[in-house]
Order: sequence, then structure tokens, then C-alpha cells
Amino acid sequence: MTAERVSGVALALLALAVLEECWRLGLPRGTLATPGPAYMPTVLALALLVAGVLVAALGRNAATLGDAGWREWRHTLAILATCVFVALALERLGYRLTMSLACAFLLAVVERKGLVPALLFSAGLAAGTYYLFDTLLRVQLPRGPFGL
Amino acid sequence: MLDTLGNLALGFSVALSPPILFYAFVGCVVGTLVGVLPGVGPLAGISLLLPATFGLDATRAIVMLAGIYYGAMYGGSTTSILMRIPGEAASVMTCIDGYAMARKGRGGAALAIAAVGSYVAGTASVVGLMLLAPPLAAFALRFGPPEYLALLLLGLFVLAYMSSGSMLKSLAMASLGLLLGMVGIDQMSGYFRFAYGRVELGDGLGVVPVAVGLFGVAEILATAGLAMPPQVVKPRLRELLPSRSEWRESAAPIGRGTVLGFLIGILPGSAHIIASFVSYALEKRLSKRPEQFGQGAVAGLAGPESANNSATSGAMVPMLALGVPSGPIPAVMLAAMMVHGVSPGPMLIQQQPELFWGFVASMYVGNVVLLILNLPLVGLFVNILRVPYPYLYPAILVFSMLGVYAVNGSVVDVWIMLVMGVLGWVLRKLDFETAPVVLGLVLAPMIELSLRQSLAMSDGDYAIFVSRPIAAVLLGAGLLLVLLNLISFVRRGLDWRARLALAEKGEETS
Repeated sequence: MTAERVSGVALALLALAVLEECWRLGLPRGTLATPGPAYMPTVLALALLVAGVLVAALGRNAATLGDAGWREWRHTLAILATCVFVALALERLGYRLTMSLACAFLLAVVERKGLVPALLFSAGLAAGTYYLFDTLLRVQLPRGPFGL
Repeated sequence: MLDTLGNLALGFSVALSPPILFYAFVGCVVGTLVGVLPGVGPLAGISLLLPATFGLDATRAIVMLAGIYYGAMYGGSTTSILMRIPGEAASVMTCIDGYAMARKGRGGAALAIAAVGSYVAGTASVVGLMLLAPPLAAFALRFGPPEYLALLLLGLFVLAYMSSGSMLKSLAMASLGLLLGMVGIDQMSGYFRFAYGRVELGDGLGVVPVAVGLFGVAEILATAGLAMPPQVVKPRLRELLPSRSEWRESAAPIGRGTVLGFLIGILPGSAHIIASFVSYALEKRLSKRPEQFGQGAVAGLAGPESANNSATSGAMVPMLALGVPSGPIPAVMLAAMMVHGVSPGPMLIQQQPELFWGFVASMYVGNVVLLILNLPLVGLFVNILRVPYPYLYPAILVFSMLGVYAVNGSVVDVWIMLVMGVLGWVLRKLDFETAPVVLGLVLAPMIELSLRQSLAMSDGDYAIFVSRPIAAVLLGAGLLLVLLNLISFVRRGLDWRARLALAEKGEETS
């Protein structure tokens, strides 16, 4: 299966999903002369559908999906998991604690740097960015337990 | 002309005030850092630092963000010349001859030529901006909703045409971006669309989380697991002065690159990348010794480097005069201006002359600051590249999440950024461009509103788009681009866009 075939089919499926959602949400489509809130999404989904079908149809001789090179997927997954942790923990543990833990995990576990430098770097980065943005620039960042 | 000079004097009175000078300086320093760091780039840089400007007034904030923009253009050349890593996409062409010069021991001279070329191009193109933006804004007062719709559609077609990959794939990405722009409350009817009960999505998907996700996070996901970058070629300070023959060889390419870059910058599309590629091709064609290109030709460095800086100012013309962004970076700049209560467009120059002319004058000042920064402090910036990437990318990731969260103080934006990061990573792997997605997202509400206003004006008659001359010409131009693309598809030849795609992938070195 070529990469273009896969991506073309994925785009077409996304377009169909948007069309289905427009119908399911009960958004009025209006008429050609007086478009309603579902008019533009429908037109755009149809355009995406046509583009997806054409990409798939013309992608017979493109590179295969495997040629794209996915060797870094383990790293990617670990970074994504860290980001998910940040999104879940940010408003519960506070900015400094969350970022210190996330950064320390990336350095010590994913990158296999020593634990002490990883902890020092992470704590320094979290505290430094907090001071710069929250204290100096007055951008409010979340605090967690013990005001951290 | 006298009016322009009077306005410029007003601008300098604003730009030379100590606070504005300070923020221009900060913007230039941060921009240079953003340009030097591989994978951050001006788009993610501006997006990330937007929250840091919330406490500032509009003029200071915009001057600082513009400093980041053109500072990144300058900074991108450093890594290209010394490491053969483009700090941002527009510096791809600089890698070829800049790095070859560094390998020959002329790295210092290459940096000096790039800095001087960038300065000349940056300064001259601001003159173009100054002269062209006011008359264009006056002309744009004739625009109604049909003309704006035609202009916005033309912008998307030009971006898709100019993209280095397939126009079909770029249009698919633009459609995807426009669809993402449909999320939120419908401006005309008040219906919630695709928000699924999340109040945070009422205003739609923010351009900052989408841009940082597609560009910043996707870059980290793609590069963090790869091998370490090559060693830095460190120049000595006394090597910074180019020889007389190198100055002579660079003068004409700098001039040509400046004019070319400005003209391409005005057009919608990824102006910097295209400008540098076209300039490289032009210099190679005009050269008496084209075989030297790829081996350290001075013209191959001076032309593209000037062109990509000149395109920066060119891109500001439609943004400031028409309120229409010509690419993803001006789109983020436009969003940033709106956050600060400034509405770019035909009335901006009349209603807020201090802001417009102060901004123009600050660009002159910023170019001087960048010249001063880039020559003597190059060693300092190069040292940042010595920070091991395993330490650098977690820091960039922390800044990304912090910047995105800080815009609205909402974790929903962090989730959007993550989803966009994964999408951007997959799209890169599948050879899709992500710039049209960002531009589509920004243009979607404008396009929808213009379409519905136009139809309200004409009682639902679509002939309004062809019966009004300006709209008809703009739509005709868009159609022409689609036809041109079809012709090259039928011929199946390797046109200049395909060659640009190859060059961006590093497959073309001569």
C-alpha cells in the first residue's frame, strides 16, 4: 500500500465523518442563496472528499508507507506520553512540579542521562521559566499542593 | 512623498523612544535564538512568545513580535553555514554554498556576507513596504465582501501552487485547515459547530496551539530519536572580514535577491522559501562559473540570504494594508495583532498612524540591531548549538506547552497542541505540507463571512463574484493557477516547484 493511497483514503474518511456529523448535529444547511451554519462545512468536506479520492487514485506509484521511515516511533511515543501526563497533571500538581517531573522523565528515562543532572536541569528549567513568565511577565501559571 | 517622509519622522519618534528600542532589541535577540535553534522556527517562536507580550501595549508587542520574525530570518543562516542544518526552512539554500565556504575555512566571511546581505535586503525592503502599503490600503477601500472572498481564495490557490509538493495535496491540506476553522460558534447564526459541549471550543481552535503543534511539537517528535547533528564549524573572529573579491562577488546578488525577495514576499505562499530558491536558481543561471555553485560560490549564499530577508517585509504589505495574511507566519502575526486590539487592514494606517509608522521605523532600527548582533556575537549563538539535543528538546517542549497554556490559561489548548503535533508528525511522514493547514484555519472565518455577506448583498445571486471587476480578475487569476498546474501535471515534467521539493529534502546539492 503506498503512502498516498493510505493518506488519500484517510482524508476521504475524515470528510465523510464531517458530513455525517453535520447531519447528526442537526445543523441547518440553508439554501444555495442563503447558506446556513452547515453549508460551509459541507462544501469543505466535499472538497476534501474529492481531494482525498484523487490523492488515493493518483498515488499508485508513490513510496510505500514503510518507506516513510518510522524508526523513531519509540521516542515519539515516550514524548507523547510525557505530554499527555503534563496535560493531565498541570492544573492538579501545578506548573513547577509537573514540568520538573516531565522533564526529569524525558532526561533520565528516555535519554538515559544521569539522575542527578536530570533532576537538577529539570528543577532549574521549571523554576526558571516559572519565575520568568509568572513572576516577571505576570502570566498566571497553575500552582499545585503547597503552593508549588 | 513629503507625506511619507513626515509620517516616517513620526514613526522614528516612536521607534527611537527607549521602551520601543528595548522591545525591538529583545525581539531581535529572541528571534536570532529562535532562528539558530533547529526545529523552532519563526512560526512556533512567535506563537510561543505571544503570551509574553500580553502585558505590553499594542505598539511594543507588535514591534517585539516583528523583531522575532526578522531576527529568526537572520539567525537561521548561522546554523546553515556552520552546521549545514537550516534553523528554519528558508535557510535551506544557504546550507549549500554557505557550508561549503565554511568547510574551506571561509565560515566567518560567509557569516559576514549573510549578515550584510540580510541587513541591506531587510532595510531596502522596508522602503518598499513604506511606499507600497499606503496606496494599496487606499485601493483596498474599494473592496467589498465579494472582493475579499476572491482575494482570500486567490491566496489559498497561490499558496497551494507555490508549495513545493503537489498542488492537489496542498489544496487537501488547505481544505483540512478550513474545516478546522469551522469549529466553534457560527458568526451569523450563533449555532455551535463541532464543539461537543466544550465551552473552550466556542471561539474555535486557536491558531497558536495549532501552529505550535504542527510545527514545533511535530519537529520534536520527528527529530528527537534521530542521530546527533553534525559538528559545528567554529569560525574565528578575525576571519569575519570577507576579502575584496568576495565583497565584489556578493554585491549584485544581494541587490537582485532584495528586489526578487520583496516581490515574491508580497504574493501569498511560503514566500521566504520560494524567494531563496528562485534567487539561487537565478544566480546560478547568471553566473559565469555555474560549476562553482555547491562548492562555495559567494553568489549562491548572498542572493538567497538577501531574498529570504527581503521577503519578510514583503509579506507584511498585504497583512498591514489589506488585513489578509499571505502565509502562515503573517497569519500568526495577524492573530497576535488582533489579540492586542489592532485590526490590520485599509483603515489601520489612517486610524493608527503611530502604530503603523512606528512599526515601519522599528524595522529599520531592528535591522541595525541585527547587524550588530549577528557579527560580533556569532560565537555566543553558536555555543547554544553545543547544548546536547537530549537537553535541548525537553526545554523546547516545556516552552511549547507553557506558551500554549498561557494564551488562554486552558489545558484544552495543550490537548489541541498534542493532537496537532501527532497530525503534523504523520503528515510530514506522508509528505504533506502543513503550512496550508494553518493558513486555512486563519482564513476560514473570513472566507465564510465574506461568502455569506456577498450572497446577502446579491439576494443569493452567485453572479456577484464575476460581475464585479476586481473580484472577477482575482478569481480568474486563481483559476489560471489551477490550469497552469494541470498543464505541468499532464506534461509530467520536473518544474521549479518539484526541484524546490528536492532541494528541501537535501537531494539536490548542485
